[in-house]
Amino acid sequence: MSTLAVHDHGVAGHDHDHEHHHHDTFITKYVFSQDHKMIAKQFLITGITMAVIAMLLSILFRIQLAYPDKSFPLLETLLGRFAPNGRLDPQFYLSLVTIHGTIMVFFVLTAGLSGTFSNLLIPLQVGARDMASPFINMLSYWFFFTASVIMLSSFFIQKGPAGGGWTIYPPLSALPKAMNGSELGMTLWLISMVCFIASSLMGGINYVSTVLNMRTKGMDLWKMPLTVWAFFLTAILGVLSFPVLVAGVVLLIFDRSFGTSFYLSDIILNGKIMPYEGGSPILFQHLFWFLGHPEVYIVIMPAMGISSEVIAVNARKPIFGYHAMVYSLIGITTLSFIVWGHHMFVTGMNPFLGGVFMITTLIIAVPSAVKTFNWLATLWRGNIRFTPAMLFAIGLVSFFISGGITGIFLGNAALDINLHDTYFVVAHFHLVMGSAAIFGMLAGVYHWFPKMFGRLMDDKLGYLHFWLTFICAYLVFFPMHFMGLDGVPRRYYAMTEFPAFNRWLSVNTFITWAAITAGLAQIAFLYNFIHSIFFGKKTTQNPWNATTLEWTAPVEHIHGNWPGEIPTVYRWPYDYSKPGHDADFIQQTVPLSETMSSNLPHDFEDNPAGLQQYNEWAKTQRSSEEVK
Amino acid sequence: MGFKKLINSNKALSLVAAFMLLGTNVLMAQGTGADPKAADSTSKADMWLGVGYYVLLVLLACVIVAVVGKILKVYDLSLQMQGKKGMNWNNIIGVICIIFLVVSLYGVYWSFTVQGNMILPESASAHGGKIDFMFWTTTVITMFVFFITQIILFGFLFKYRGSDKRKGYFYPHNNTIEKVWTIIPAIVLTILVVFGFFTWRSVTNTDNLKGDINIDITGHQFAWEIRYPGKDGKLGQVNYQLYTPNNILGVNFKDRNSFDDQKADTIVLPVNREIRINIHAQDVIHSVYMPHFRVQMNAVPGLPTFFKFTPTITTADMRNRLDDPKFEYSLYCNKICGGGHYNMQKVVRVVSEGEYENWIARQKPYLSDQIKKELHLADAVQPNKAAENRIALNN
Repeated sequence: MSTLAVHDHGVAGHDHDHEHHHHDTFITKYVFSQDHKMIAKQFLITGITMAVIAMLLSILFRIQLAYPDKSFPLLETLLGRFAPNGRLDPQFYLSLVTIHGTIMVFFVLTAGLSGTFSNLLIPLQVGARDMASPFINMLSYWFFFTASVIMLSSFFIQKGPAGGGWTIYPPLSALPKAMNGSELGMTLWLISMVCFIASSLMGGINYVSTVLNMRTKGMDLWKMPLTVWAFFLTAILGVLSFPVLVAGVVLLIFDRSFGTSFYLSDIILNGKIMPYEGGSPILFQHLFWFLGHPEVYIVIMPAMGISSEVIAVNARKPIFGYHAMVYSLIGITTLSFIVWGHHMFVTGMNPFLGGVFMITTLIIAVPSAVKTFNWLATLWRGNIRFTPAMLFAIGLVSFFISGGITGIFLGNAALDINLHDTYFVVAHFHLVMGSAAIFGMLAGVYHWFPKMFGRLMDDKLGYLHFWLTFICAYLVFFPMHFMGLDGVPRRYYAMTEFPAFNRWLSVNTFITWAAITAGLAQIAFLYNFIHSIFFGKKTTQNPWNATTLEWTAPVEHIHGNWPGEIPTVYRWPYDYSKPGHDADFIQQTVPLSETMSSNLPHDFEDNPAGLQQYNEWAKTQRSSEEVK
Repeated sequence: MGFKKLINSNKALSLVAAFMLLGTNVLMAQGTGADPKAADSTSKADMWLGVGYYVLLVLLACVIVAVVGKILKVYDLSLQMQGKKGMNWNNIIGVICIIFLVVSLYGVYWSFTVQGNMILPESASAHGGKIDFMFWTTTVITMFVFFITQIILFGFLFKYRGSDKRKGYFYPHNNTIEKVWTIIPAIVLTILVVFGFFTWRSVTNTDNLKGDINIDITGHQFAWEIRYPGKDGKLGQVNYQLYTPNNILGVNFKDRNSFDDQKADTIVLPVNREIRINIHAQDVIHSVYMPHFRVQMNAVPGLPTFFKFTPTITTADMRNRLDDPKFEYSLYCNKICGGGHYNMQKVVRVVSEGEYENWIARQKPYLSDQIKKELHLADAVQPNKAAENRIALNN
């Protein structure tokens, strides 16, 4: 391990060169930038834009659910043929649901989250000048951007965007005549996703190789912050599982356009007997969820890493059970590959197989529980500083508990029979993966904003943003559990056709208004974000008194991150409030020899020479005390 | 900085608001001018007026937030000028956390009592009882964890809110504690897994393949077709290639079992008899969902599935129990299947054995006159086509 970690970066020569070749044009600095910090900002701003769009889509379909019988002329003005007479078209409703899900899961919580923070933090926290391959890193962003543009362009075609749900199960998605959303819109969806996966893979390979090969001197794996661990494992997960989705998508493209029957068999559509024979729709579900389930961990693990870091920094305490946190991340990574079948308990998959997937699924709850308890233990006897970032990290913990608990119901095949595809599922994943991950992302934005833009965001607006969003998210998703327990199916355009569902109409209206309020609360964030980029208070080098390496880099962004030599790392990243030290944090770059009074035998676990020195020092200390 | 002042100043905001109002007025005016239909234009004007109204409301809220923010800032600065410490946000947020905890605990209680009463009634099928027992066990265990952890979380936030006088407690790890909270969830989950596994196996157990009554349910966009087996209790074979507008299920009438098959509009089931529903789909994936019976199984084209269950409560009985004379069991589609997904339902009625016999006797045979005619025509006029059909069948 340590041989990997020790690197000579040829620092002096590099920096000298650098001074003389500083001819960044606008294009190379802001557009086709190869600098990881700029690419991180590009990912972040694209991600936020996509998030706002997806949020507006969700408000559109929430309005439909709250007022199924009411006509809104404004909708017709805005959406034209998709909302004839001011009422959403049922097929367009499904398109809205589909694109909302796709954008949120992939474009915001995968690219926006991993793309932003892996890019920003991996080189800065492991002590590297840039990513392993800056050019591929740049390509990764531009593939992502292209994918976003293609995805959004589907709103401007005749039949509208893809509409088969974000899981695009064939045959619905494979038969263009089955619905409007399966025509050109679905083709664009598939092309967009192929670009997206390419982007994701290029990013992932870069993250993995940077973490493995470019750590600074002294930064062994067990000295990495939990953020880097989380990004590293997330990248591994993505690299191993995304290609399977490409396979699934390519076969679907073949079925759609070239007349193959991978997923199709025995189909009569609109009174026409179709020639497909021998395919299996279940095959697609296996391929999709082989990515799809790791995907939800791709979404939540970076958010967990960010929260662990933010909670430790702001509780002024080391994260409790650092090793356990890493092992549980590894456990989640490994197990996430063998649980995909829990999405398919009632699809006609062999019931015995369902039983096996149930067992693996409930096992994965153990590392998740360990993480939660460790966060709580970190808060215990802390000295909690409520920055907005801290609040959002805590929000993640709260959502993760609330949403994780309902996962125990859904992971149980017997209970899933009645809960599958109801609002219970909607409530579950919006809390545990949607809200939790977006809160992790926002925690990251508030926490590392000074690192990205050199300025601070306004705390008070951050508080307002947090409390409104936090409360409204609970108001939106908590009642949905009960709708699900009443058997209300998800993806229904209107509940009006079923007299039994009428009593949920008032709840739906309430949820919609809570969602609109949550949407408006984002104005506080957007104003704060944009305003602070230009006019925020200038930050100091280490505004949060954190220990990790990124805060030893200068506030002004320079190519190569550190002027002169890259700092060497001597200790783990969580030396907060260490007894015997005057300040309540010791940065990773401070050698143990400078902090004799606060060293503990534990600090010398892999370092017998250091331990001997420490013991000698302790002995002299004791004898001098005796003399006194 | 001048720009910052401009953005923050209320005058600027009210100016913006005024402009917005003016803008909507102008748009309205354009609407009236351009549209030939007077009625349409007034509705448009109304619409923009409404939009303007809501935009103004939002702007007003923003202004109020800005004003409150300014007041807080001034108050904070004046405190500092007097030599006191500024506002202690750690304390303020700590108190908000505890208020949030109390209010939301009440909210959860309210939600459980009010909305918790709106959930499905007791299971109307034999296996559903097991599922419900499993459900309530899981609920008790998880809700215990939910309340404990959330109370600890927000309690800690209040109790350990930051102060300059204190330092955090350096406590990086404790292997015993970590072992405890790895093993306890593991044990609890093992119990739930074992319990769930056996429940699941008993529900999906396929030892006794045939039920007392076999019913075919076929989904297509956007309706369900129901087929009863008739007197012989056996359903005739189907082949999608035999589809015609009259024989939409593609029933194969070469199979003798199909002659007495019956067609039905409602699913009527005798109480306390084992029912096996055979589930098919013709175009895309649908899902047979009968929540009152705790039954769900996807309908997959090319992959017939089935679900076996025993209804235990008749519709009439359930109406009494729920005190709802209009109550009906229903079957929904629960897998996104296209524009009509939200309205793909069938009424399910559970009746006594006698009523069932009575009802089934009145159902029409699937082999309708049109199909007879069709088959006959195919035989008489176009013998070649019939031969083709046979080849297809042999496949």
